[in-house]
Amino acid sequence: MSKDIRIKRGLALRLKGEAEKQLVEAPRSKTYAIKPPDFHSVVPKMTLKEGAMVLAGEELFYSKYTEEVKFTSPVSGTLKEIKRAERRRIVEVIIEAHPTDSYKDFGKMNAETAAPEDVKSRIFESGCGAFIKQRPYDIVADPKDAPKAIFISAVSTAPLAADFGFILKDKVAAFQEGINAIKKLTSGKVHLSVDASSEACLKGIKGVELHHVKGPHPAGNVGVQIHKIDPLNMGERIWVIGAEDVSIIGNLFLTGEFHADRTIAVTGSEAKNRKYYKTTIGANVSDLIPQMPESVRVISGDVLTGDKISNNQYIGFYHNSITLIPEGNQYRMFGWLPFMYNDIHSNSKTSLSWLMPKKKFEPTTNLNGEERALVVTGEMEEVLPMDIYPMQLLKACMAGDIEKMENLGIYEVAPEDFALIDYVNTSKIEAQEIIRLGLDLMITEVG
Amino acid sequence: MEWIRQRLDKFKEPFQKGKKLEKYAPAINALDTFLYTPNHTTQKGAHIRDAVDLKRTMITVVLALIPALIFGMWNGGYQYLSQIQTEVGFWEAIGHGALKIVPMIVVSYGVGLGLEFLFAIIRGHEVNEGYLVTGLLIPMIMPIDIPLWMVALSVVFAVVIGKEAFGGTGMNILNPALMARAFAFFAYPTYMSGNKVWVSEATGVDAVSGETILGTLAAGENVDYSVMNMFSGVIPGSIAETSTICILAGALLLILTKVGSWRIILSGFLGAAVMALIFNALPSMGIEGNSLTNFPWYQHLIVGGLAFGVVFMATDPVSGAQTVTGKWIYGFLIGLFAVMIRIFNPAYPEGIMLAILLMNVFAPVIDHYVIQANVKRRKKRLSGATQIKTAV
Repeated sequence: MSKDIRIKRGLALRLKGEAEKQLVEAPRSKTYAIKPPDFHSVVPKMTLKEGAMVLAGEELFYSKYTEEVKFTSPVSGTLKEIKRAERRRIVEVIIEAHPTDSYKDFGKMNAETAAPEDVKSRIFESGCGAFIKQRPYDIVADPKDAPKAIFISAVSTAPLAADFGFILKDKVAAFQEGINAIKKLTSGKVHLSVDASSEACLKGIKGVELHHVKGPHPAGNVGVQIHKIDPLNMGERIWVIGAEDVSIIGNLFLTGEFHADRTIAVTGSEAKNRKYYKTTIGANVSDLIPQMPESVRVISGDVLTGDKISNNQYIGFYHNSITLIPEGNQYRMFGWLPFMYNDIHSNSKTSLSWLMPKKKFEPTTNLNGEERALVVTGEMEEVLPMDIYPMQLLKACMAGDIEKMENLGIYEVAPEDFALIDYVNTSKIEAQEIIRLGLDLMITEVG
Repeated sequence: MEWIRQRLDKFKEPFQKGKKLEKYAPAINALDTFLYTPNHTTQKGAHIRDAVDLKRTMITVVLALIPALIFGMWNGGYQYLSQIQTEVGFWEAIGHGALKIVPMIVVSYGVGLGLEFLFAIIRGHEVNEGYLVTGLLIPMIMPIDIPLWMVALSVVFAVVIGKEAFGGTGMNILNPALMARAFAFFAYPTYMSGNKVWVSEATGVDAVSGETILGTLAAGENVDYSVMNMFSGVIPGSIAETSTICILAGALLLILTKVGSWRIILSGFLGAAVMALIFNALPSMGIEGNSLTNFPWYQHLIVGGLAFGVVFMATDPVSGAQTVTGKWIYGFLIGLFAVMIRIFNPAYPEGIMLAILLMNVFAPVIDHYVIQANVKRRKKRLSGATQIKTAV
């Protein structure tokens, strides 16, 4: 059975530099890294010491407060370095890779017939638990919870985002096995949303509630889909899993090994070889792209939610793309005049960019202004297709008013849902950061 | 270009962090950002940002005000000159008006921006651009002959009491430009009402006089102006409020650029029309009205400050309603009350100023109830969900 979700509000940003639909094998990196900051709110406790040998799938560290959640090595090799930042916070766990991978054997398991407890413990002991994120709060899931539903979005609407239809094309069997396993994690439904591109390969997937999603970004955001399909109420838990990660979980059950395969789309106007690269989680960015000058921003992820990284750093755990765009650290004379510099896109109509609906823009990282008080109203609602008042919610988060945040729907949102608000808002406030801090406050106060 | 940039950077040197004049950086930054959009890049959150910023938004409103302002200058001269001579040249009229109005604008910007800079330095934030609009609006809604010191004093009141006392741009409850006008109106009524203030030099020259249409109606007299005069704006009144057609041109720009809320503008006119129609219907119900109640409804929309207020004042996003539903209610009630006050208050036959200020006060209440409906929906869903759970 399938249902249609049509999203009207939002913004389909057309940017230059889409990746060509061609899959290339990336060279094997010398080093790989798992970055604990990718797992928000997880306090890592190292299991291994520097210099230890690891197999792919062997535990590197675990979460201090939910010990069942393990983080395992994507490759086999030697634990080279545990990089720490201020207050000894671990920022990177670097593994020097062997030329070929040998895997820790978890043993094959038929997910369809296995007992739910076995499936769950297999997923979490192998490190696949890290793929499961929990709503509310957008943090790594706690295996002790019983989610009311599980959501998987194979819809990519973010600008220049990797196309899951293309990525999953050859992984359908593993994907199906992954679904079989995931189904055991909830007594509720597993919702899979697809768009025109991913529908072709995922149409036959069994055991899921299939949803066709149409509309501009953030229609592909799982938070928006949850809001439309089965909204989250106070006290409830929903788990979400990335589309490619489902096939990694499937592979775990099919082979008994943790194959941390990752397909990365190299995109953006500054990228030369814009293709899809087959690599492994935690790969070094320098293996996919040449060294970039200062004038280019390297983003692990997409332009709205990704992380800024530099040459020789590692790709984020959850990311499916690398985006290269020019830095915008230039002054622009009279840049504030309306109807000037029309090659810079604006969702407002004060730039004539709206007269060029077919144009692909080449944005820089310039802020195009400075932070100001919140003045303009109505612009945030235009890009948040939820029954939520974004500006009021942001103000409640700024004020740390927990009751108001609850009333206005803080449980239903994740920072990524506010990424377009970062983009469009006239006052240049950092909406994603404000929501993240608001969610963190809820975690400490409500839990 | 590069040369200007280099000089500017050199000039800004002592204002950098840790340097001698660091405290005054907001002032110098405000000037710099007028020449150049800064080279700041995104450090967190989305890596790319929209081209719009507050400066651009505010300048768009200023652009929308220009037609009404130019017309106001011409009309200011024309109303006076046409009473003392038979032929009035276009430039002659503009010249006379400009001589009166430009100094008012200079005073308004000078005093207001001075205060804005001062507060920015004291509070250590950047100068917000809101005053670019407020500073132009204030002279535009004053009578043409108001003394400059009154303009200055009104500006001080509007900025200090109306805005900064509440925490600055974005926090004020009332529209600052209307605060200025309300201040002048209640503090110096003889300069703000009656039949001697609406035409330039009327107080000094005996042969010159002029009453606004609403004033004439309130006095129970007949109006000599045609509907065309009212629509084009060749009538006495506050500087920029008279020409409905120029105001609509501004409204068009505001709506096309999405800077002004079309919902507030439309519902404002609707509310005024509904109220006027109700009063127009009184005779048919056997109640004898007066010249104000019987004033045709469509003429209510094009005389006085209603159009100017609805288009440029009610749409102020800070003091207005912020939710979509709230905007409809807020705009509608402004129109409704504006006409009601006109008719019921013979001492002050212009209602739009008080109607907007009143609704400014009520805007948060309207929003509160609109948002409360959303909160209730969420709570209802929650109780529904727990019921299902217990049933299982």
